[in-house]
Amino acid sequence: MKSVDTSRYRSKTKQTEAALSRGETSTAGIHPSATERSRRTSLGRVRPQRPRWAVIGEHILETVIRISGISAILFVLAIFLFVFREAFPVLGSEEFSLVEFFTSIEWYPTSIKNVRYGVLALIAGTFSVTVLAMVFAVPLGLGGAIFISEFCGPKLRETLKIVIELLAAIPSVVWGFIGLTVMSRIIVQYTDAPVGVNMFNGSIILALMAVPIIVSIGEDALKAVPDSYREAGQALGATKWQLIYRVLLPAARNGLLAAVLLGVGRAVGETMAVLMATGHAVNIPHGILDSIRTLTANIAAELGEAPVGSEHYRVLFLTGVLLFTITFLVNLTADLVIRGVRRK
Amino acid sequence: MELKELLRTGLAASCLAISLLLNAGCGASENTEAAGSITIQNKGSDTMVNVAQAWAEAYRSVNPAVNVEVSGGGSGVGIAALIRGAIDIANASRDIKAEEIEEARQNTGREPIGITAGYDAVAIYVHHTNPINEISMHQLAEIFVEDGSITHWSQLGVTIPNVRNDKIVRVSRQSSSGTYEFFRERVLGGRDFELGSLDMNGSKEVVELVGNAPTAIGYSGMGYATGKVKMLKIAEKPGEPGVAPTVQTTLNKTYPIARSLNLYVLGAPEGAVNEYIDWILSDAGQQIVEISGYVPISIKNQTD
Amino acid sequence: MDHAGTISRFSSTEFSRQKDRVERVARWVFLAMAVVMIAPLVSIIAYLLVKAWPSLELEFLLDVPRNGMTEGGIWPAFVGTVYLVFISLAVATPIGVLAAVYLNEYAKDNWLNRVINLAVINLAGVPSIVHALFGLGAFVYGAKFGYSILSASLTLAIMTLPVIIASTREALASVPMAFREACWNVGATRWQTIWSIVLPNSISGILTGVILQVSRAAGETAPIMFTGAVFFKAIERGDFFAYRLDEQCMALSMHLYTMATQVPNVEESVPYATAVVLLGSVLIVNTGAIAFRVWLRNRKKW
Repeated sequence: MKSVDTSRYRSKTKQTEAALSRGETSTAGIHPSATERSRRTSLGRVRPQRPRWAVIGEHILETVIRISGISAILFVLAIFLFVFREAFPVLGSEEFSLVEFFTSIEWYPTSIKNVRYGVLALIAGTFSVTVLAMVFAVPLGLGGAIFISEFCGPKLRETLKIVIELLAAIPSVVWGFIGLTVMSRIIVQYTDAPVGVNMFNGSIILALMAVPIIVSIGEDALKAVPDSYREAGQALGATKWQLIYRVLLPAARNGLLAAVLLGVGRAVGETMAVLMATGHAVNIPHGILDSIRTLTANIAAELGEAPVGSEHYRVLFLTGVLLFTITFLVNLTADLVIRGVRRK
Repeated sequence: MELKELLRTGLAASCLAISLLLNAGCGASENTEAAGSITIQNKGSDTMVNVAQAWAEAYRSVNPAVNVEVSGGGSGVGIAALIRGAIDIANASRDIKAEEIEEARQNTGREPIGITAGYDAVAIYVHHTNPINEISMHQLAEIFVEDGSITHWSQLGVTIPNVRNDKIVRVSRQSSSGTYEFFRERVLGGRDFELGSLDMNGSKEVVELVGNAPTAIGYSGMGYATGKVKMLKIAEKPGEPGVAPTVQTTLNKTYPIARSLNLYVLGAPEGAVNEYIDWILSDAGQQIVEISGYVPISIKNQTD
Repeated sequence: MDHAGTISRFSSTEFSRQKDRVERVARWVFLAMAVVMIAPLVSIIAYLLVKAWPSLELEFLLDVPRNGMTEGGIWPAFVGTVYLVFISLAVATPIGVLAAVYLNEYAKDNWLNRVINLAVINLAGVPSIVHALFGLGAFVYGAKFGYSILSASLTLAIMTLPVIIASTREALASVPMAFREACWNVGATRWQTIWSIVLPNSISGILTGVILQVSRAAGETAPIMFTGAVFFKAIERGDFFAYRLDEQCMALSMHLYTMATQVPNVEESVPYATAVVLLGSVLIVNTGAIAFRVWLRNRKKW
């Protein structure tokens, strides 16, 4: 009788152990039956053999999958690189001063006599409309999240969640159109604004766009707080409000903060809605009824005109780099904040 | 398993659809005469985009084999695309600059040729309740220019009814606009605009905004007038009578802020492009110019 | 000893009455907030419908723009949007699903995985104008596709990719581990497990994620404005196959923008009607996706 080929068996066990220590969560592919050629076992049975094309095909497929996996990184890097590549040459140019770029409010890219590239007013515009939008959106969003998560019954909850999803689906150009037509009329009628398209208009529209994000992520964060917290609070005799204010909000703090940050990211990055609703005026706002211009709207309005490769073109791409950096930092912060939750 | 079959049929359907689409999609590149369909790329001035679109629409019944694609973006965009050789006809509501001609020569080896397809008067719009009727070129410049001296309506001796703040709201165009550049050159004398004006994307937006804001003043093509605004008479020098923007005053050049609407091509136009331009200059094309609110290159037999 | 006054056996004290008052106020405040969220949606849709009503009819959808775009319909824009959505999702879905499969089934929990997660979140947060800049630099000029449906669709594909990855991951994660373990126990390879068990059971979540991205792809203007959308292009009424991949197209989102800002003398209801068609298509598709998700969830056997 043939002796059992234990040497091969031993090496297979080592292979399995090595794989598990590497952290492989799946042990498929290590079991010899699936991928080894047929062998006669010690009992003389023939194991079925997978056709060669299937084995090779699977390897190719896994490579494709791995490449797809890192595709997200590739695309983010590609976006940054392509945008930076177009912007880079202007940094070395003599007429262009980075200090002037960041500190001057004078934006005259097409001037005949005195070309100036100062984006301070645009940064102020983006900043002010985002802050005002968050002033509206954060209480509404958090309040809505709290309501959906704590105060309503399951049927109402489903309905409200569907409404929020539909609100999130409204395209930004439709929001811009609403700001341009509906909101501006309302604003002119009820305030003494000289024109209806201004920072106030833009921030209302942005708030309505950011609220769904804050509500859905905030609601997830509140849902993640274990029920034991709620039960403990109720056992001590707390009312709903006390429970929310003293137990749930602190417990879900990180998730809620992340929700707000992602809402901020949406507001900063919005282009079409602010292009149509804010009046597109280069100026540092002195009141909420002033018209402003944001970084995003500025690029959208001027990109088509700038001759490819010109200084104006490159400065617009540089503004794109600035925008990308801002949203990157906001998203990074949101991610770190969420990660803080996981580590707890 | 139902879901598996769903998955398979879904895959098969999308493969079929994609291959159908690609078959329809893979065709000859632009501007060839293969398969009897020619595309003319027409890009540029936002002022002219409406009349360009009306031309394209009407030309389709004249010559169905020719497809004209129209896009805006501004006179600067159109000329830049022409310089790159990406389009056939650039629309510009201003004249081409010397450096643009030079660049076109360097890039493509051909000389850009301009054809005037019509004229336009840039009208100064105010809200219909604004009492003012006339303004001089100098005052206009002082309102819009950088560090200009006129910032409130009271400085012009005008009181707007029912408003608390009589600060002048300036409505302008984006810097890619030929209208913007023309205004800067003709009214401001090449100096820069004052920051803080509301810079609108399209000619229509300017008029709509002025129509909704009693303290606003803006400039746009005269074809865009609505019932909520009125056009001011412009006096070339203070003390002279103001001239209103009309077809006649544009053609006889008494209206100070009139400009030509130009088509630019690289080298002498040939083939389908030449036919299209000829048609634009013909009565049929010029009639469309008039209907769109602009001034045709000449008026024959005016019977009004 | 006194406890919180909600149990009737105990008499209510001033303290407990005060708590109840605060409680009731809080309840109303939050209800008001929820109403403030819904009210704009409902009133905006109602206002748009009312303003658009004179122009809303089937002819509006099927007809081409006439008379300098002041009359007629929006057929070329509608078809263009359909092309852009279809092609961008056809490109983004395979990449997104495979990427999610990698992240959920193959990847180990190491630094690479965290970086990928970060990249997905960042890709989702990139402003749409920066996507436009990228599309311009990479597809229009870089790959020399020029201004075309192809460039515009690829730009849209990269925009919709992160959400497809995220929703597919959730769908894959919702398949219980026991299913996979059962497959491994009978000797299936990783891919065989995924293809025959995991993917079919998560298809509902994947499809929902993809369908929800239709609204994103149809609604974005900035990325297509600079890569392939055009102000006007004449195609035949009712012709569905009019566009070629290397040509430019009209699109509903771009059409709404130009109608609102550039086309004069158009009846007031026409831009509103365009907005209604765009919004309506998006909402119908989204509601369909949500209904589909609910239906499939009810059919789940675990």
